[in-house]
Amino acid sequence: MDIFASLGLGFATALEPMNILYCFIGVLLGTLVGVLPGIGPTATIAMLLPITFSLSPVGALIMLAGIYYGAQYGGSTTAILINLPGESSSAVTAIDGYQMARKGRAGPALATAALGSFFAGSVATLLLAFFAPPLARAALSFGPPEYFALIVLGLLVSIALAHGSILKALAMIVLGLLLGMVGQDIYTGTPRFTFGFRELFSGLNFVSVAVGVFGVAEILRNLESEKNREVMVKKVTNLWLTRDDFRRITAPVLRGTALGSVLGILPGGGHILSAFASYSAEKRLSKTPQEFGKGAIEGVAGPESANNAAAQTSFIPLLTLGIPAHPVMALMVGAFILQGITPGPNVINDEPALFWGIIASMWIGNLLLVLLNLPLIGLWVKMLTIPYRVLFPAIVIFACIGCYSINNNIFDVYGIVFFGLLGYVLIRLGCEPAPLLLGFVLGPLLEEHFRRAMIISRGDFSVFVTRPISAVLLALALGVVILALLPSLRRKRAEVFVEED
Amino acid sequence: MAARIVRDDLIAGGIFVLLGSYFALEALNYPLGTPFRMGPGFMPVALGGVLVALGLAILLKSLRGGENVDQHAPPWRAIVLISGAVVFFGLTIRGLGLVPTVFITVAITALASRMNNILAALIIALGMTVLCTLVFAVGLRVTVPLFGPWLRF
Repeated sequence: MDIFASLGLGFATALEPMNILYCFIGVLLGTLVGVLPGIGPTATIAMLLPITFSLSPVGALIMLAGIYYGAQYGGSTTAILINLPGESSSAVTAIDGYQMARKGRAGPALATAALGSFFAGSVATLLLAFFAPPLARAALSFGPPEYFALIVLGLLVSIALAHGSILKALAMIVLGLLLGMVGQDIYTGTPRFTFGFRELFSGLNFVSVAVGVFGVAEILRNLESEKNREVMVKKVTNLWLTRDDFRRITAPVLRGTALGSVLGILPGGGHILSAFASYSAEKRLSKTPQEFGKGAIEGVAGPESANNAAAQTSFIPLLTLGIPAHPVMALMVGAFILQGITPGPNVINDEPALFWGIIASMWIGNLLLVLLNLPLIGLWVKMLTIPYRVLFPAIVIFACIGCYSINNNIFDVYGIVFFGLLGYVLIRLGCEPAPLLLGFVLGPLLEEHFRRAMIISRGDFSVFVTRPISAVLLALALGVVILALLPSLRRKRAEVFVEED
Repeated sequence: MAARIVRDDLIAGGIFVLLGSYFALEALNYPLGTPFRMGPGFMPVALGGVLVALGLAILLKSLRGGENVDQHAPPWRAIVLISGAVVFFGLTIRGLGLVPTVFITVAITALASRMNNILAALIIALGMTVLCTLVFAVGLRVTVPLFGPWLRF
């Protein structure tokens, strides 16, 4: 099928009234959680997974994808209006966006963020449509050793991009992998680490793990020091950009889109990295670098385009290889599996309507987001005034009901407490929760492919280095870790992430 | 800055060593198999060993010294109340049903914040009960009864 026929099929699917509705609900919820403090897309998607059970696979995935990129939009709204990035990738937007708002230019800052994001999202979606099919075809020739190498690479790149101690991130991955092995062994059915509980035979529920470490642990973290948020800009007027503004944002938007599209494919939070990369690039290229940090519109346009482009292209590894690039994508893997579809290179051939429908829905979703965000900005400003003390009980109860209703298994509810407390302790000790969740989702896959590879090679470990693709992937993985451990790069990473904290 | 033991890393390293040893030792009870046909114990033993090694490395590094990060005190009240609320939810959802369980769970949870007094907690609980009933029972038709068997006479 050529690309236009495929896209046509995609749009036909995405434009079905019910799917537009799901897309709309998705981006609406996404914007909402992006705007609201203390709850991110990871926890939201985890909580809503059970709800999507009853939807069609296309509807469910369209909605979940919408939550993810919708949150990127919402996050930038809070970054600009109250200097509090709702999403880590919007941290850079806060630098100049908030300064613009203080100068009474909140309107143009929001418009820039929305238009830049829309442009970047559209371009990145097109790239996704063009590059996903050939990649998926290439991936069809992958055997177990290649998949094993790919998973290792994905896990290790994710730590290089995480901030904080690399040793701790590695330990979190391994802990995640081990937790993923709780339950019956795939080949022999032997129950492992179940303490004799039948309820644990099918493994730990990943919704418990996700809402535990990203929901409850985060709430406890926020309750350490309670303070009220101040909304400085009560009313946003004049959303229009001047001709001069348009001239100034064109190049940064283009560069941000390019940077974001490339970095988004990288595992482990490429959207955060791309926003920082775009900001420093714009600052270096600018004729008036002294304006940066004092309300330069370029400092909003570039990073916002970059993080939104990256949000779209981070679907490429998921849709073509079935390998999630970051925790949100890991939850999408879960969503595919709940719907009875194994994510990977086969999706494009077996479920073309689903595959192209998701891609087309992203474009529609981006359009809906512009419509939602610009005229309705007043509504979102009101949302900002909802106090956290009302919000967190809602998060907890939604997590409980959602988690319970998946299997009507009370153990899944207790799992939230366990992982909430474990996550809280570990986050407090300076360990990032994202690698743990990635490890948890990829653990069973890693073991399966490893053991299959060993069967194929008749117990010969050298199979991973004698097959060229897997050898290259493993060499890349090793290179990434060595690079991340090099002193000069570590300092750079510290610099990049210092601004975020 | 005088070199001091980094407390956080020391504890984190210790936790990883403990968890790693648990997984590795427990997995030794399962058949290891051969490299050709691996048993269920092989991967966990190997990964448990790696986790212990990483934990030890974090421990050793913490002894070399560095800066301790000052943090807020843990929110004990929130830890106890939120954990308690979720466990309560698990214990009673089947017996009491959706409406009473949600009301009580939310009320307990809301008290985790020092900014909520009892009245505020009850109002939030009432609001969330209405919302959850509408969303889950009316909207999504979740198969949890509104009032459970413990409340039927």
